[in-house]
Amino acid sequence: MEKWRQSETVSRLLDAMLPVYATLAALGVGAVMLLLLGANPLEAFGALLEGAFGSTNALADTVVKATPLLLIGLGICISFRGNVINIGGEGQMIVGALTATALGLAFPESPGIVMIPLAMILGFLGGALWGGIPGALKAYFNVNEILSTIMMNAIAVQLMNFLLSGPMIDPIQAARDSQIPQTARLAAQFDLPRLIPTRLHLGALIAVVLAVAVYFLLWRTTLGYRIRAVGQNPHASRYAGIDVKRQIVFALLLSGAFAGLAGAVQVFGVNHRMITDGSATGFTGSAGFNGIVAALFGQLHPLGTIPASFLFGALLVGANKLQRVVQVPSAVIIALNGLVVVFVVSSEIFRRRREQKRLTDAMISQSEDGPPPDIPAPANVEGTP
Amino acid sequence: MTEKKTLPSGHSQILQMEMHGITKRFPGVVANFKVDFDVRAGEVHALLGENGAGKSTLMKVLYGMYQPDEGQIKLDGTPVTIHSPVDSIKQGIGMIHQHFMLVESLTVAENVALGMPSTRGPLTDLKKVSARIYELAEIYGLRVDPDAYVWQLAVGQQQRVEIIKALYRGAALLILDEPTAVLTPQEVDEFFVTMRQMVTDGHALIFISHKLHEVLDISNRVSVLRDGEMIGTIPTQGATKTQLAEMMVGRPLGEIKIRQQSKTSQTRLVLQDVCSQSDRGTPALKNVSFEVCAGEILGVAGVSGNGQKELAEVITGMRPVTSGKIILDTQDVTGKSPKVLMGRSLSYIPEERMRDGMIKEFTVAENLILREHDQMPFSRRGFLDLKAISEHSEGLIQDYNVKTPSLETTVKSLSGGNIQKLVLAREISRRPHTLIAAQPTRGLDIGATEYVHHRLLEQREAGTATLLISEDLDEIMALSDRIAVIFEGEIMGVVPRDQATAEQIGLLMAGVAETAAK
Repeated sequence: MEKWRQSETVSRLLDAMLPVYATLAALGVGAVMLLLLGANPLEAFGALLEGAFGSTNALADTVVKATPLLLIGLGICISFRGNVINIGGEGQMIVGALTATALGLAFPESPGIVMIPLAMILGFLGGALWGGIPGALKAYFNVNEILSTIMMNAIAVQLMNFLLSGPMIDPIQAARDSQIPQTARLAAQFDLPRLIPTRLHLGALIAVVLAVAVYFLLWRTTLGYRIRAVGQNPHASRYAGIDVKRQIVFALLLSGAFAGLAGAVQVFGVNHRMITDGSATGFTGSAGFNGIVAALFGQLHPLGTIPASFLFGALLVGANKLQRVVQVPSAVIIALNGLVVVFVVSSEIFRRRREQKRLTDAMISQSEDGPPPDIPAPANVEGTP
Repeated sequence: MTEKKTLPSGHSQILQMEMHGITKRFPGVVANFKVDFDVRAGEVHALLGENGAGKSTLMKVLYGMYQPDEGQIKLDGTPVTIHSPVDSIKQGIGMIHQHFMLVESLTVAENVALGMPSTRGPLTDLKKVSARIYELAEIYGLRVDPDAYVWQLAVGQQQRVEIIKALYRGAALLILDEPTAVLTPQEVDEFFVTMRQMVTDGHALIFISHKLHEVLDISNRVSVLRDGEMIGTIPTQGATKTQLAEMMVGRPLGEIKIRQQSKTSQTRLVLQDVCSQSDRGTPALKNVSFEVCAGEILGVAGVSGNGQKELAEVITGMRPVTSGKIILDTQDVTGKSPKVLMGRSLSYIPEERMRDGMIKEFTVAENLILREHDQMPFSRRGFLDLKAISEHSEGLIQDYNVKTPSLETTVKSLSGGNIQKLVLAREISRRPHTLIAAQPTRGLDIGATEYVHHRLLEQREAGTATLLISEDLDEIMALSDRIAVIFEGEIMGVVPRDQATAEQIGLLMAGVAETAAK
């Protein structure tokens, strides 16, 4: 039995490494792609590494890029653990940013120490609202959350475009009769404090602390227990007296809240104003989607999402350098990111298979313990034919 | 050795199949160790053993799903290597799995044709297949309509389709994996007629079952596996149930003793004209009325799908009542939620324990607090108290003799018997006034079944009112004080145990009401 547990630990460790192998495999395919384009893959990947980790500034940029991914990824961990698929990170991030920015613009005279926490909280709440609506729709009207969160993305984008070119428009732009949708710069005292003299801001630290908090939420609180229970087995949860619908709302609401916070952090930490090109990506940089990938990459574990976000941040930042150095079309960079996503998501299948095998082995070795030896076939247990 | 005959299905016979010294190892365990097993044309060879004893592994080796590490398989004296199920079908070996391998949304003929090359190339040849099914049905007395959809068929009929499927593919040797587990006593009799016919025709049958009386009834020889080793092969003639059971378990078995009913029989659970609907919206329970007293086990017998599931769910608050009343300890609890009912000291051992009873991705400890996860001492101000949880779980695991590597093991990696012990631990340790036990031993081996029975009787002694819903008539007869029979959502009659006979209950289960009057 001891031996089995040991090999299980090793096996688990190998599982945790799977995304890394997948990334390497994706880069391998990417290398072929670069070769076909006449670029030297070694030079290209060298540039990528250089761009992501080559200097303090590069490293800081990587972390800055990783921060919204991590925050959104944390929310994804909660919703996916509750078996609710939140594709609405983009919209929730936008709404969170809008509410936080609106507050900042409304009270430009307030001290930073008051404004920053309040703005973060408001961003959190804005995202919660934007996630909570599809959550309630799913729980009480059985509306598919994938559809509704995507729809909420579209609404959020239009809301943003309307506000940024209308009620919330930068007065300077308005005076010039400009079309650029952006707000005024927030008061300087609202800037999130820099951690070191780079672009690295407090948001990164907040995100890491929250990762630990989400871990606690999921595994150490009654709410987390319920969300996970409902996500795994709504039947057994209902029988256990859990209000299944309410947990669905909570899962999406919390998930949205973290995306909203990511939006607020992005504005107060990086851009210091809200600006867009009219699309969602113009503001979010696709963090709402990349955050999902980062969370899956981190195996939906809040702590695993930390390195996963870092890796994706590095890919995003390094890709810029790669593009400059080897002069490939920017589509190649997008394709490279896409490859990583496809490989990582596919590696999940391997993990499941290995887990299944481990299970079978474990069950067989259990029947060793003798009398009474029991069933090694879960099929027998699952119930009625 | 006799001359090889042609079977009525038109395929050639397998006179003798021998497995010699089969050893199959899995990481960390030997599932089969030097097992010898054989079967001859014209006999039923029963293979007995508890779950985990290595029966399935042995049969999977024969069927080509596993390759043995050591040992040899011979067909009619010639050594063969069976690489895959496709290979074994080619050799004339067929297997009827316990869980039918049928596509419900397809017709019988389509299911039979599935995976077989069509004589018309890319087009289907269903007419030909249907004709052949009629032919086989005629020869073997297996009535099935080739054009019926599988979902329309009763379990017994689906089983016939499985057999036809195997015969269609030319099976001379059939492995029957617990074929009777899903049948009524009457259907079992019918099935045995088919089996006898096949044996007379020269087929070789391997019969796997837990039910000793069936093994004694149908087989010519019995082999018993225990812990991966062959304990022995004996002729069925002269063998007894006790002898076989002890060979399987490796120790003498305790007997179930029913004590006198306690005198203070206070009524705990009352159903008054309860009606309810199935998931499909059809009436599932029709004016069900009965009562269960403290210290009593009321057994509900019936063939699967006659409203048992709905009955359990209605009482436990999982399914709405359309009319009627449910009274628990003198209070009307009709329409109350599972949480409220839990507070009224009602416990439930659900029929589908992996669906309703356990969260398989959760750990042992997490599952043991499922019902009370938000109550002291497990939860304090919204935070889980891991220490209290593990202490509680540790205690239950010891009390209920659950075999698990640790409290952090996920439930899905435990055996069925141990999972059921966890359910029992969680539900019984609360000292319930009323217990609903639905199919509590389904899929469990003898050892685990014995344990569950022991615990249920212990609860009875402690004064719990138990409603035992089971499709296993032997279980109902052994444990109940009174027996209610359910048929198409109606209670056909309630008979005190000492006045009940298996025949009478069997008739009631089939919906014949007249005999119940007495």
